[in-house]
Amino acid sequence: MRKVTNLIFEKSVIGRKGYQLPELDTPALSANTIFPAKLLREQAAELPEVSEVDAVRHFTELSKRNYGVDQGFYPLGSCTMKYNPKIDEDLARLKGFADSHPYQPEELSQGSLELMYRLDSILAEITGMARMSLVPAAGAHGELAGVMAIKAYHRSRGDHKRRKFIVPDSAHGTNPATAAAAGYETVEVKSDERGGVDVAELKQLMGDDIAGLMLTNPNTLGLFELNIVDIAAMVHDCGGLLYYDGANANAILGITRPGDMGFDVVHLNLHKTFATPHGGGGPGAGPIGVKERLVPFLPCPTVEFDGEKYFLDYARPQSIGRIKNFYGHFAALIRAYAYILSMGAAGLRHVSDTAVLNANYMLHHLKTRYDLPYDRICMHEFVLSGTKQKQQGASTLDIAKRLLDYGFHPPTVYFPLTVKEAIMIEPVESEPKETLDSFIDAMLKIADEVESNPALVRSAPQTTVVGRLDEVKAVRQPVLRHVFK
Amino acid sequence: MNVPQQLIYSHAHEWVKVDGDRAYIGITDYAQSSLGDIVFVELPAEGDKVAAGVTFGVVESVKAASDLYCPISGTVVAANHALLDNPELLNTDPYTNWIIAVALSDHGELATLLTPEQYAELIK
Amino acid sequence: MHRYIPNTEAERKDMLATLGMQDMEELFADIPDKVRLRRPLKIPKSHSELELTAHMTALANNNLGARNYTCFLGAGAYDHYIPSVINHMLLRQEFFTAYTPYQPEISQGTLQAIFEFQTMICELTGLDVANASVYDGATALAEAAIMACNATRRNEIIVADSVHPENRAVLRTYSDTRDMVIKTVPHKRGQLDIELLQAAISMNTAAVVVQSPNFFGIAEDIRAAADTTHAVGALLITSVDPLSLGVLKSPGEQGADIAVGDGQALGVPLSYGGPYVGFMSATQKLLRHMPGRIVGATTDIEGNRAFVLTMQTREQHIRREKATSNICTNNALIALATAIYMTVMGKVGLKEVAEQCLSKSHYAYGELLKTGHFEPAFDHTFFKEFVVKSKVPLQDLNRKLLRHNILGGYDLGQDYPELKNHWFLAVTEKRTKAEIDNLVAKVVE
Repeated sequence: MRKVTNLIFEKSVIGRKGYQLPELDTPALSANTIFPAKLLREQAAELPEVSEVDAVRHFTELSKRNYGVDQGFYPLGSCTMKYNPKIDEDLARLKGFADSHPYQPEELSQGSLELMYRLDSILAEITGMARMSLVPAAGAHGELAGVMAIKAYHRSRGDHKRRKFIVPDSAHGTNPATAAAAGYETVEVKSDERGGVDVAELKQLMGDDIAGLMLTNPNTLGLFELNIVDIAAMVHDCGGLLYYDGANANAILGITRPGDMGFDVVHLNLHKTFATPHGGGGPGAGPIGVKERLVPFLPCPTVEFDGEKYFLDYARPQSIGRIKNFYGHFAALIRAYAYILSMGAAGLRHVSDTAVLNANYMLHHLKTRYDLPYDRICMHEFVLSGTKQKQQGASTLDIAKRLLDYGFHPPTVYFPLTVKEAIMIEPVESEPKETLDSFIDAMLKIADEVESNPALVRSAPQTTVVGRLDEVKAVRQPVLRHVFK
Repeated sequence: MNVPQQLIYSHAHEWVKVDGDRAYIGITDYAQSSLGDIVFVELPAEGDKVAAGVTFGVVESVKAASDLYCPISGTVVAANHALLDNPELLNTDPYTNWIIAVALSDHGELATLLTPEQYAELIK
Repeated sequence: MHRYIPNTEAERKDMLATLGMQDMEELFADIPDKVRLRRPLKIPKSHSELELTAHMTALANNNLGARNYTCFLGAGAYDHYIPSVINHMLLRQEFFTAYTPYQPEISQGTLQAIFEFQTMICELTGLDVANASVYDGATALAEAAIMACNATRRNEIIVADSVHPENRAVLRTYSDTRDMVIKTVPHKRGQLDIELLQAAISMNTAAVVVQSPNFFGIAEDIRAAADTTHAVGALLITSVDPLSLGVLKSPGEQGADIAVGDGQALGVPLSYGGPYVGFMSATQKLLRHMPGRIVGATTDIEGNRAFVLTMQTREQHIRREKATSNICTNNALIALATAIYMTVMGKVGLKEVAEQCLSKSHYAYGELLKTGHFEPAFDHTFFKEFVVKSKVPLQDLNRKLLRHNILGGYDLGQDYPELKNHWFLAVTEKRTKAEIDNLVAKVVE
């Protein structure tokens, strides 16, 4: 099973070629006739020399050392690893989209602009917001744009004393990192005994120095914030705004909307909720939506329609400005739009119903053997604790690695930080019951193994192409690139 | 856990060894054991002012970063540069490998720190 | 029922019964009634695959991209040749449907590919360390500026106005909510004016930002900028076109501390602006200030070489508000596309592409000047893009060309009032002599 794959550089053979360009049909110029010697490259970059076949074999071999959604269950909490429809890949590659230059005239981009305009209004309806910006490249980028918009809103009112942003202790790391990147001091609010925001503590924190509160709802424990209406009122009463982290939006489609809960700004992760592929870490897309009073502050440009044609609007004097090149991850927007059209309103509702049912079904079976810190109905995900198993001799990390031997991608582990030995499971709607059952069986078997033979679990995984890695060495003696002899 | 008798301690799991006007500061056996394999230490520059309760550096394991809080106030007169290349020294011998030496500006602060007995109680 | 959701009504009933429930509504008991949506979402009806394809094809056909047009437009997004193998490899589901490689034992494919990508970026840019990518060239530049401020503990960024206007705009947005001051230095005849840079720079300067080839296509003297920058202890950030590094000296060899850029030219479709990929590399000294994910080599328990995400304490999921950046999701799949591109083109191919761009753009430049309709704007030390001053208004010119399915150049007057009717064209290796001659013919028609 274990096998090292050589680097592409180690497969390089001097003189091999993987490309062919048409013969140059204009007069050949050498770089040294154009540029002064000091600007010329003397030594070529050590890129590999391989044939096309070598390249295809190499990357195919690498792909076989990966695990994707099409292979099997991927219950990563907060990541919403659902099926990525094949047709969406075809549609994103339609020549009319793929061969469009971002600076080509707007009258020749009407198809793309119409798609963006339609997606904008659909996402606004789903979230209960007035308008969206489709520009942000990922969830964290949406957070940054959204918090910048909140800052611009306060500034526009001459309100400069708001220096703090409140973030729950169960929040994703991007929340405090974003608030800091937008120039705010982050203040942490604790969770209460039911897993929600501690309202009493939140009340203490309220004041005219609070710019806003970032919240994920359902939160990272997979629990709906019972006091959301009061929390929203509390923040608004002190002049702050509410930011909705859409990481968990798969639980609420057609059931409730951030706008109706009182949120002023929301981001969606199209690569989670709307089925665009994660690509081994990206690209994603993180559109943001805002209530009416924040529309002027959205990033530039927005897509508008004047009754006859669609156009990019840069004439937005109060906008926070540009946050990336061009108009967003357009090819990801195509996929998300196609997915939403595939589902329709009833289909999206069916997504959330099924995701929530699947999560509760698994929770029901798994809480018999694993600790459940907050025993409530969950939404689309839930968090177990491996504390009991840790005492029996195998940690949450060991359990995660053992799941690899059973052929599953492990859940998110050690997050949220508020739960010890956390195991965060999100089964998503696109998994059939028999997959859920086989994962439940594996988890229960592992619980048995931890009791009878914890060493077995600690030594997992056995079946993967590499064993557990020495991560300490990776940091103490960093090797971050191949070094040529 | 090893809690040497000749040192005094902070609530943030640092030890202090006083030598005249100078104090050596390191992390305790308990601290290194909770952190696990230490892979990186960030040190202040010599000459930096430090204040009691304020961070002066960072120690990191693979999946965690912990700020170092200065137990006392003063000026950094030396930083243990050996830790930059061999951060694991804090795991193998936390009480020999001090992190910084500080010229004390307020001897009175020492009285606010914990005795070995008090610290042993804290980490029980 | 829906084709993407397997469980049947009967299975759902069965599962609900396991929970002791009759109705789905019981699962939503925690949601206050006040915030429940009691009507269907007002969005289009569910489309079958055939209906969807028809609708999407109609939209796509409403774009220029659907036509067979000839592209002379660049300005940050380029019509280069994309080897077919890239798409085939990207469509391996093991790559595109995988998550971030947090479980290294089953993610060696992504991890090794990114390690190879990092190596290639280091090789191209002549610097020590590279990250696993950020969103695009503009955000890479903004992140580099933040990195420089943190590393130098200074807060002023000096940026040449020959840097892409969009990238400067993004930098401004990022600086606006933090303690960062942006100063701009005007160009002199299309190049960074070192004397003006010397006048602007101070001990408060964290970094100087230069683009090469710049937004006029001209290669900058990075060494001269680096010397001026280093004299005050600041860092030099260079934004580069990776393809140009097939012939131009790497930023690292010329003294740059950080190199950033957009990887679109390396095998990524235009796609109306994205997703592309931002790359970043830097000197070893700056490693701990790098944003984003970094892959490192280590060994597994049996001593085999294996790859893992490393130096993670810089990142938001660990360091939270003290992280070097808030970035989480990056553009890994597009980084993979560029790695495949650099693999098939290889050491020789990258240089050949660069030389073809160089030859063809200089041919087009010469032919356009010969028409008498244009004047040279700057000197001729350009790579694949150049500026000519048009004697006729550019709007009319570009409109005329579009009627012949030619996408003309960028109007620099939009961003530089002093460069009214300055036409900025890109000529890649994909343009044939016939296409260039046709452009010239249609211009004079």
